[in-house]
Amino acid sequence: MSKLRGAVLAVVLLGLIAPIVVGLAETARAAFGVLPALGLRAWSLEPWRMLLAQPGFASSVRLTLVTGLGSTLIALALAMGFCASVPGRMRWLAPFLATPHAAMAVGLAFVLAPSGWIARVLAPVMGWASPPDLATVHDGWGLALMLGLVVKELPFLLLVMASGLAQLPVAHHIAAGRAMGYGPGLAWIKLILPQLWPLIRLPVWVVLAYGLSVVDMAIILGPSNPPTLAVAVLRWFNAADVAMILPASAGGLLQAGLVVGCIAALWGAEVVLRGIGRWWLRRGGRGVSWAPGLQVARVGVWGLMGLALAALLSLLVWSLTWRWSYPMIWPERWSGELWMSAMWSKALMNTLILAGMTVMLSLLLAVFWLEAEEDLTRAAWAEALIYLPLLMPQIGFLYGLNVVFLRAGISGGYIAVVWAQALFVFPYVMIALSEPWRALDARLLQVAAALGAGRWRRLFTLRLPMLLGPIMTAGAIGVAVSVAQYLPTLFLGAGRIATLTTEAVTLSSGSDRRVTAVYASLQAALPFAAYALAALIPAWWHRNRRDLRGGGV
Amino acid sequence: MKLPLIAALGLLFATPALADWAQTLAEAKGQTVYFNAWGGDARTNAFIAWVGTQTEALYGVKVEQVKLTDTAEAVTRVISEKAAGQDTDGSVDLIWINGPNFLAMKEQGLLHGPFVAGLPNAKYLDLGAGSATSVDFTVPVEGMESPWRLAKFVFSYDSAKVADVPADMAGFVDWAAVHKGRMTHPDPSNFMGATFLKQALIELAPDAGVLQQPVTEAAFAAATAPLWAWYDALRPNLWQGGATFPASGEVQSQMLNDGEVDIAMSFDPASTAAAIAEGTLPETARVFVPKAGSIGNISFVAIPYNAAHAAGAEVVANFLLEPATQAHMQDITVLGSFAVLDPARLDAAGKAGFAALPQAAALPALEDLGPVLLEPHASWMTRLVAEWAKRYTK
Repeated sequence: MSKLRGAVLAVVLLGLIAPIVVGLAETARAAFGVLPALGLRAWSLEPWRMLLAQPGFASSVRLTLVTGLGSTLIALALAMGFCASVPGRMRWLAPFLATPHAAMAVGLAFVLAPSGWIARVLAPVMGWASPPDLATVHDGWGLALMLGLVVKELPFLLLVMASGLAQLPVAHHIAAGRAMGYGPGLAWIKLILPQLWPLIRLPVWVVLAYGLSVVDMAIILGPSNPPTLAVAVLRWFNAADVAMILPASAGGLLQAGLVVGCIAALWGAEVVLRGIGRWWLRRGGRGVSWAPGLQVARVGVWGLMGLALAALLSLLVWSLTWRWSYPMIWPERWSGELWMSAMWSKALMNTLILAGMTVMLSLLLAVFWLEAEEDLTRAAWAEALIYLPLLMPQIGFLYGLNVVFLRAGISGGYIAVVWAQALFVFPYVMIALSEPWRALDARLLQVAAALGAGRWRRLFTLRLPMLLGPIMTAGAIGVAVSVAQYLPTLFLGAGRIATLTTEAVTLSSGSDRRVTAVYASLQAALPFAAYALAALIPAWWHRNRRDLRGGGV
Repeated sequence: MKLPLIAALGLLFATPALADWAQTLAEAKGQTVYFNAWGGDARTNAFIAWVGTQTEALYGVKVEQVKLTDTAEAVTRVISEKAAGQDTDGSVDLIWINGPNFLAMKEQGLLHGPFVAGLPNAKYLDLGAGSATSVDFTVPVEGMESPWRLAKFVFSYDSAKVADVPADMAGFVDWAAVHKGRMTHPDPSNFMGATFLKQALIELAPDAGVLQQPVTEAAFAAATAPLWAWYDALRPNLWQGGATFPASGEVQSQMLNDGEVDIAMSFDPASTAAAIAEGTLPETARVFVPKAGSIGNISFVAIPYNAAHAAGAEVVANFLLEPATQAHMQDITVLGSFAVLDPARLDAAGKAGFAALPQAAALPALEDLGPVLLEPHASWMTRLVAEWAKRYTK
């Protein structure tokens, strides 16, 4: 079986890691002045000098750090506080998790705007005849962007923590802690958190990396003068003055550096806190009550999820609107015309094709990877590599990757986009699938083997059917990730492959919120439909298999 | 003896062109043209889709619009292709382009052409020296891009909310002081924001003539000093204290619709009437222009040097110049963009097509729009935007 292992490893290395390394190298070459297309062939530091001289460069870097680190830490604190006081599997999170960042951002932008839903509700009370002149979105501090990121990352962190907690003997440890006189919140923090952290460390890094380098949400909610570094880099890549590709490449490289630096800082903080925490634990204080803090976290999470629900609802309402002017709380004229026009059908078709191909490819790869794992020890370094695409900022390597794909003659088609999307879909599929896969009772397979069933028979008649639920769930997560991809689709599709996401972000720069809302609604509905199917199909399939129902194994 | 000779000579010159075009048509048949055009306007997108159905029916040429957030994306794409050594079979066939993007592509040798004179419908254009279709932001077109629609800078406002609009650019300072926070302009990194600054620059510069020459440091300092004084007086009274700006003219139009500001701007005099018909602006929205006139320019289409379907792209460029196409485009219920053809060169049927177009209350007549001010040389825009960023980006 080591042959299968070797083959899968080669596919992952060549298919997933090589594009990133090569793309990054291409970007790095331009960042140090080598860009043959413009006749530049000598190494130089000029791109970095240009980068430093860009107006607002320092502010962009500061904004990136504040919004990325801030949103991650706030979401983490809220998620911890919530998990410490509200147990459960958190299935109600699915719709929020399924909604792509861009759709959520479009909805939030309307809810929060000075002429938005909140302001319209407050208008009669506050006497706002016209919308207040307040910077509630695109604010210079990036608060709206941070709020958007927290709203979107919170469900992810909650789900990751819930699944981590399911692996720990939480009830026993809390009971023991309570018996020794620790308060309820404190028992969780002192006993459970140190065990939980290793299980959620990587997802937290992913959230941090995402928050630092997000583009679509930052365009829709973030400050514009200057924007965050990732948006600024995208602007420079697309500037009319082609020489701007040089500082843009340097900026892309710097973006990668910022992510690495922040992850290192978080790791450093972890090491320091581990030391302090040990001292704190040994001191044995039964401590002050943490109840107020937990209360804040609970209210915060419910409040944010309420906001997310309002954002999603506003998308649907806008997509069915003809006119809806300030300060009306509901549209004055409804219309189904935009849905009827079916202008969205082509983008929907492209999105479905891409999601289908990408998810199939990723599932196949994941099944082989996990199957090959059976008789060998898990190679931790190889597993870590899978997650590299989630930690690397897209803006750092996509431009370079496109140049490489162009040279190979595969840019601008479905293959290139599927490949680029798979870089991000495969890791999530792996995250979702590996836990249930490894948790399957090995004795079942041993019995089958003892009865003479060969490897493939065990896989196809036993393992895969039993894991139908988790496989479908992993597929649904894959669909959600694929649907949400903006930069990979834009760069490697040469803009020719219009998906719901590229259309929604493009249209959000237009003047018709109703049309944007149609695309964003579809964009949000598609992953949701995938989640629903992932719940319904196994339930129906296993309708006469009592112990396989209920989603989990 | 002389007459047949001239006729023969004429034939000699005329036939190759006609033969060339027949060859272009033959080559174009069955091609799909990837038309890279800014995709933020649903009506323009619908118009391009209509063009595709027509050219497919007439010439067997399909049009696929690649919707851009910013035209420079297409320029970047051609450059990456050149970087990768892909000098044929490029992914971009036709670009909606003008100004700095055109200058950049022309200077880098990224364009196919000259091709405009070879288009049969070029006969309806005034291509004489100094005509509006022969220069693009003062850069000579030299047949490297073909015109398709006229753009003219206008402001729009809600007449139900605002009674007094500024008479000229200088008047915006007093207007904003009275209507604090009710006015803004798009970010100058967007062409609409840059145009707002250029419009003010033309009006305020001591000698607007220098703007037609490439920018020099000395000329820039002298010409822009009054502009910055004006802007420093205006900015504190802008929306959100002038600390942040909408991303584009379209976003600002949405803000006008939401009531967040009272004035928006557009490069299409018909866009206000069109938006009312679409339900994206109130019925009472109207258009105004500064009394000394406003900047006008022409939107062009260009073909990259490595386009895979250059012949098809030429056929589409030619179809865009058809008098019937231009009249359809000027129809307020379709797109409402003013035509680029020279009315004097149209025949009776062509003229009748324009005369029969419907009217709308918010649609300004051509004479209400005042004189057309020429775009400054493209280098001024780049320099102006960079200087604004340096001064006002914290």
